[in-house]
Amino acid sequence: MAGFANKYKRLKKSTRTNISAYGLVIILFVVALTMQSTGAISNSLSGQLVPICTYIVMALSLNLTVGFLGELSLGHAGFMSVGAFSGVIAAVSLQSSMGSGPLLLLVAMIIGGLFAGIAGLIIGIPVLRLRGDYLAIVTLAFGEIIKNIMNCLYVGVDMGGLHFSLKSVNDLGMENGKIIINGPQGAVGIPKLATLTAGFILILFALFIVLNLINSKTGRAVTAIRDNRIAAESVGIGVTKYKLTTFIISAVLAGMAGALYAMNFSTVAAKKFDFNTSILILVFVVLGGMGNIVGSIVATTILYMLPEILREFADYRMLLYAIVLIIVMIATNSEKAIQFRDSVMAKLSSKKRKSQNDSETKEAVNNE
Amino acid sequence: MSKMVPLPSKSIVPERDVNKPPILETNHLGIDFGGLTAVDDLTLAVGRTEIAGLIGPNGAGKTTVFNLLTNVYQPTRGDIMLDGVSTSKKSTAQVNKMGIARTFQNIRLFGHMSVLDNVKVGLHNLTKENLAVCLTHLFGYRKTEKQANEQALEYLDFFGMADMANFPAGSLPYGAQRRLEIARALATKPSIILLDEPAAGMNPSETAELMNNIRRIRDNFQIAVMLIEHDMNLVMNICEGICVLDHGKVIAKGTPDEIKSNPTVIEAYLGKKNDKKVEAKEGETNAES
Repeated sequence: MAGFANKYKRLKKSTRTNISAYGLVIILFVVALTMQSTGAISNSLSGQLVPICTYIVMALSLNLTVGFLGELSLGHAGFMSVGAFSGVIAAVSLQSSMGSGPLLLLVAMIIGGLFAGIAGLIIGIPVLRLRGDYLAIVTLAFGEIIKNIMNCLYVGVDMGGLHFSLKSVNDLGMENGKIIINGPQGAVGIPKLATLTAGFILILFALFIVLNLINSKTGRAVTAIRDNRIAAESVGIGVTKYKLTTFIISAVLAGMAGALYAMNFSTVAAKKFDFNTSILILVFVVLGGMGNIVGSIVATTILYMLPEILREFADYRMLLYAIVLIIVMIATNSEKAIQFRDSVMAKLSSKKRKSQNDSETKEAVNNE
Repeated sequence: MSKMVPLPSKSIVPERDVNKPPILETNHLGIDFGGLTAVDDLTLAVGRTEIAGLIGPNGAGKTTVFNLLTNVYQPTRGDIMLDGVSTSKKSTAQVNKMGIARTFQNIRLFGHMSVLDNVKVGLHNLTKENLAVCLTHLFGYRKTEKQANEQALEYLDFFGMADMANFPAGSLPYGAQRRLEIARALATKPSIILLDEPAAGMNPSETAELMNNIRRIRDNFQIAVMLIEHDMNLVMNICEGICVLDHGKVIAKGTPDEIKSNPTVIEAYLGKKNDKKVEAKEGETNAES
């Protein structure tokens, strides 16, 4: 075991991150699957498993923008919304020809990701010229605009194809058609195809993309831009190109997560993807550590389940949630807390070493 | 081919470069910030393997010249030619691709990245990895990364820093950070490298090492070096041509020896001989009135 630990320490930092990230996700999946099959988790928590998966993907993708690109985006739920609704439209309209199966879910997620990516491109071109607070405000506005558009969007499908309207159902002009998105009520009649396994695969896919991107030429360029934009330009990096690329990849992943999220429910309303959702994802990223992939996964899992676990405390649960957030913030950021943590760790490791030495000397004595 | 600008002074370009066109030329270059003229009528030429110095008192506009050469600022007047090609309307990144690399007066490293990764960022445009390769790590990713690692290590080794490759760049001692910045700039394979006060904050032994390194850069990579420096010992020792700026204008050009004995330069640095008396007199008259 000690040999393994040493080997692990000697690996490159990027390899270590990869192993721990993939390993963590696989362990979480196995635990969730066994608990689900043995019925060890409550029904309400069981229903949260797919949303947890989608929020992990959301946190991973937002971490790309916030942690690695270094730009604060407050409208990430907007991309989730675009992905969710375009995915649902694709799923419902293709349902008759493709049947309801994992393939339909895959197609819905791909189309969701595609449309979110296009939205990312359209938003990214003007927004990425801005910096800091201005960028944050514009992305916030984008999230709200998407929410409001989706709120009054009517979409239906009949033999003639898709029908869109921004006024009412009657304006769709369908004959015997099926309503997919019904204005403020949101998407209705969604085929519930999302499963824990699909969520798990999507997380692995997102991890694959994000981790590969970070450890590549593009990732280095993006991190360089975050660390020092002027120096990055001086070594020949086209800043806008790389910012836009990262932003679009982040949007695509968010769109895929959105499609999966929507397919977990029979109805999804646009107001689900509002400012609060954007902030929630940002909280996961910030508390997990900006630029920390494993941190994002851990923070999302714990913080998303916390309100469910705290349900017993009824009225006080959101209060407790806030307290936990504050404690985590202090524990990870306050200098004194870090000192305390380091001293505890040092003591523990020295004790370990001591006991190891003791056992070694004992062995030596025994051998003699 | 552009019109050859007459060289500022025959002696400023070293023997070996005399018959070749200069690598960098500026032609009546000038920039105004609002009403303030920061640089005016700057005409100079740097030979292909010349070590050129740009000196002048504080606020003379030296760093502004570097910012003009790298298109951080767009010039108000005049133009810049790199190997006979105009660099106007190009972005800073494009100018770097054309062959101008630089370092900064206040060190600008990618502090959270490793020393090796800093140099690999310098290799950015020479690393053949498209987005598909970046996202999948397939299609020859290992090969290109290995190549980049080896090349980056070579640059680090050139400055004796190969053993620091995995440290975070921000944790390096000051002198090493300066060297790393130069290594990163060199990794972009420039034809001229601009060093902005490379010896600032260095002790005499570090400065001597730097001088040696600058000569090695020129000899090894066969490129031109242009440097801004306040350390006159360094400038006079290694520069073959020197340009002196004061208040944004060129007041002298020539070899170190010519500059040393130039009365205008001495005046710019030390002031006029009877300045003190004049000031004192003025003070008296002011007091009287």
